[in-house]
Amino acid sequence: MHNVSKLVLSPAPHLRGNASIGRDMYIVTLALLLPCAGAVYFFGLYVLLMLATGVLCAVLTEYVAKLMRRQSFLMDGSAIVTGILLVLVMPPRTPLWIIAVGSVFCIAIAKEAFGGLGHNIFNPALAGRAFVTLSFASALTRWIAPVSSFMADGVTAATPLGEGFVTTLSKGALYKALFLGNVAGSVGETSVLLILIGGAILLAFGLIKWHVPVFYIGTVFLLSWIMGQDPLFHILAGGLMLGAFFMATDYVTSPLTTGGKIIFAVGAGILVVVIRVLGTMPEGVCYSILLMNAVTPLIDRYVRPKPYGYIPTTRKEA
Amino acid sequence: MNTHVLEVLGLRHRAGVHPPARKLARSRAIEHTPLPNKVILPLQQHIGACAKAAVKRGDQVKVGQVIAESDGFVSAPIHATISGTVKQITTITSPVTGQPVPAIIIESDGKNEWIELVSADPENLSNEQILTRIQNTGIVGMGGATFPTHVKLKPPPQKHIHTLIVNGAECEPYITADDRLMLEEADRIIAGVKIVMQVLSVTRAHIAIEDNKPQAIERMGKALAQLSSPKRITVVAVAARYPMGAEKTLVKSILHAEVPEGGLPMDVGAVVQNVATLAAIYDAVTLGKPLVERVVTVAGMVSEPKNLIARFGTAASSLIELCGEPDTSIDQMIFGGPMMGIAQPSYDSPIIKGTNCVLLKRSDFRDEHSCIRCGRCIDSCPMGLMPLMFVNCVKKGEYETLPKYHIANCVECGACAYNCPANIPLVSYIKTGKTELQKRGVK
Repeated sequence: MHNVSKLVLSPAPHLRGNASIGRDMYIVTLALLLPCAGAVYFFGLYVLLMLATGVLCAVLTEYVAKLMRRQSFLMDGSAIVTGILLVLVMPPRTPLWIIAVGSVFCIAIAKEAFGGLGHNIFNPALAGRAFVTLSFASALTRWIAPVSSFMADGVTAATPLGEGFVTTLSKGALYKALFLGNVAGSVGETSVLLILIGGAILLAFGLIKWHVPVFYIGTVFLLSWIMGQDPLFHILAGGLMLGAFFMATDYVTSPLTTGGKIIFAVGAGILVVVIRVLGTMPEGVCYSILLMNAVTPLIDRYVRPKPYGYIPTTRKEA
Repeated sequence: MNTHVLEVLGLRHRAGVHPPARKLARSRAIEHTPLPNKVILPLQQHIGACAKAAVKRGDQVKVGQVIAESDGFVSAPIHATISGTVKQITTITSPVTGQPVPAIIIESDGKNEWIELVSADPENLSNEQILTRIQNTGIVGMGGATFPTHVKLKPPPQKHIHTLIVNGAECEPYITADDRLMLEEADRIIAGVKIVMQVLSVTRAHIAIEDNKPQAIERMGKALAQLSSPKRITVVAVAARYPMGAEKTLVKSILHAEVPEGGLPMDVGAVVQNVATLAAIYDAVTLGKPLVERVVTVAGMVSEPKNLIARFGTAASSLIELCGEPDTSIDQMIFGGPMMGIAQPSYDSPIIKGTNCVLLKRSDFRDEHSCIRCGRCIDSCPMGLMPLMFVNCVKKGEYETLPKYHIANCVECGACAYNCPANIPLVSYIKTGKTELQKRGVK
C-alpha cells in the first residue's frame, strides 16, 4: 500500500456494470446468426458471399470514414450489425456490387455523415436498402423460391406479398411455410421461427423491450383484420418480424422511453398496413420504420417519464 | 400478481440497479481500533455552516470536549476524539468536498480521558432538552449525508409527522457497518428509535432493511419482541435494489407515497433516520456521550475486510493496517461506497462522521463513447429522470434547459452511470450542470 505514490482521483460511481456498446452489438450479431443460417439454408451459399460483402464493406467504410474525420476507429460491432441487416433485407440474388454500394451508403451517408453511431436519424440498414431500391430498381425485383441445394441458382418466384403470388397451398400449409420460411422473399425475412428465436435472445439479454415487437405486430394484425385482410398472413409474410425485432428496436433511431416506443411501434404498424393494402408497393416495413425514425425526435420531445414527486402545477413555471 | 413478477416480465417499471453486493465483511464482528496517536478533525463534517474553533494551540483537551462550536442552527459542533494537546489549527483538504477546510490536530496523551458525562432518562426529559442534547453532542446523519440531526428532528409545526422510517437498507455494495450494528447493537438502536418517536410524537416506526440482510431482519425483530411496552415499531424487509437507502426511494417503498419535487420526507409525514444515527442518539440523550466515533467498514482489495470502530480524525491508513495484506495493485481509496463514495487524495485522509466505509480498489478508467440512446439511464433512474438529456444539455452549454428535465430532482446516486454502455460519467455532467445553474442563479 505505502509503495503506491499517488492515489487516483475519479468521480463516482467507482463501480460500473457490464454493459458496453460492443457487448450489445455482439449479442445482436449472435441473435442474427440464426436468420443468417436460415437464409443460407433457403437460398444457398450465395447468401454467404452477400453477407461477407455487406459486413466487409460496412466495416471498411467505417474505418475510412473515421480516418477522414480524424476520429479513432472503434471496433464496436455496430458496422457488422448494419452490414448483416442490410443483406437480410435484400433479395437473395442481389448482385454483390449492389450490396457493396448499399453497405457503403449505410455507413458513409446514413451513419457517419450524421455524426456516427448515436447521431444518425435513420436506421442505417434500412436507409441503405431504400437507397439501392430507388437506384437499382430493376436489379432488385428478382425474387426466387427457396432452393433445393446450396449451389442451386434458384427459380424466379413471387413473394407472398407480391402481385403475382398464387399458391396452391391450403391456408394452414401457407401459414406453416411462412412460419418456417419456405417461401420467396428477402434473404433473412422469410423464417418467422428463426427471427423469433433471435428476438428471444435479445429479450433474454434485456437488449430490447417486448413492447416494440408486440405493439408493432399487434397493430398490423388488428388493422389488417379491420381492413378485411387476413391478419395472420400479414404478420407472417414479408419483413415484419425482422423489422419488429431487429430494426424498430434500434436504440439510436427509436424513442427513448417505453411510452415513446409504443407510439413508434403503433405508428409503424399503421404505416405497414396502409402501404401494403392501399399503396402501390407490396411491402411497407422498410418505409414504415424509416418514417417513424423521422418523427422520433418529436416523440422524444413530448413523451417523457414522470419525475419522482412530480407536481403538475409547477409545469407552468418551468 | 406480485410486483416482483410484474417487474421481471417488464410489465412494471423497475427503477434502480442491482450491483454485486460484495459484502465480504458481513460476518466480521465490529472491532475496536487502538486509539490513534494523533487525530485530524476537519471543522466541517456535516452539511451546513462550518464549526468555529473554540480551542487554541497548546490547549489540553479531553475526549468529548467541544473543540469547535456550531455556527448557526444548521451546523454541528466538533468534539475532541482523543485526550491530549491541540497541536495545530490548520487547513486540510476536505475528504468530502476536496476543498480546503479548517481542521484541528490533536496529539494524544495516551490517557483516553473523557469529560464528565451526564446521563439522563429520556422519559424525564422534555423535547427541548432532548434536542439540545442531540445538538450539543454533534449528532449528524451517519448514513453518509451528515445532515445535522437536531434540525431534522425539529420539523416546522405545520408539518404533521406520523411515521419514523429507520434506514437500515445499506444499499451500497461492500458496506456492512450498519448491518453489523443491527446485529450487535439492536437494543441501542431501538432505544434511539424510542427517543426519536418521543421527540416527534409519532406512533409508528418502520425499520427498513434490505432483504439481503436476513440476519439483521431477524435480530431487529427479536429485539422488538422483547420490548416491555411494545410501541408500533415494525421491521420491514425492502427489496435489495440500489439506491434503496436513498431517503426518497425508501419513503416511496415504505409509505407508497412520493415526496413532492423539491420537498423533504416531512412533506409526506415521515422522518428518516439511519440506524447508526439512532444508536448515536441513544448515546447522546441517555448517556450524554458526544459523537466521537463510528463503525467503518474497511473493504475491497484487502485480505481481511473488517468493521472497525474508529475515532474521528483517525487516518484511514491506520485502519487499513489492521485489515491484513492490501493488494499491491490498489491505487484508489474511496470514502463511502463504490456508487456514491469519494476518492481520497491520500491514505492520511481522516475518518469523519459520514465515513461509513474505506474502500480500497484498483482504478477503472474507461473511455467515454457517444451515447447510443439505449435508454438504460432512464430505466434505472429512481427519480424518473432522463439522465442522458442532462449530458446533452451540458455538452452544448444549454444550462437553461436543465430545469425542464428536472435536474434538481437528481440525487446523484449513479445508477445511470453504472448502467451506461458508453461509459459516460453522467453524474459528473449532472454535477457540472447543477454548479453552472447555481452560478447563474437559476433555481
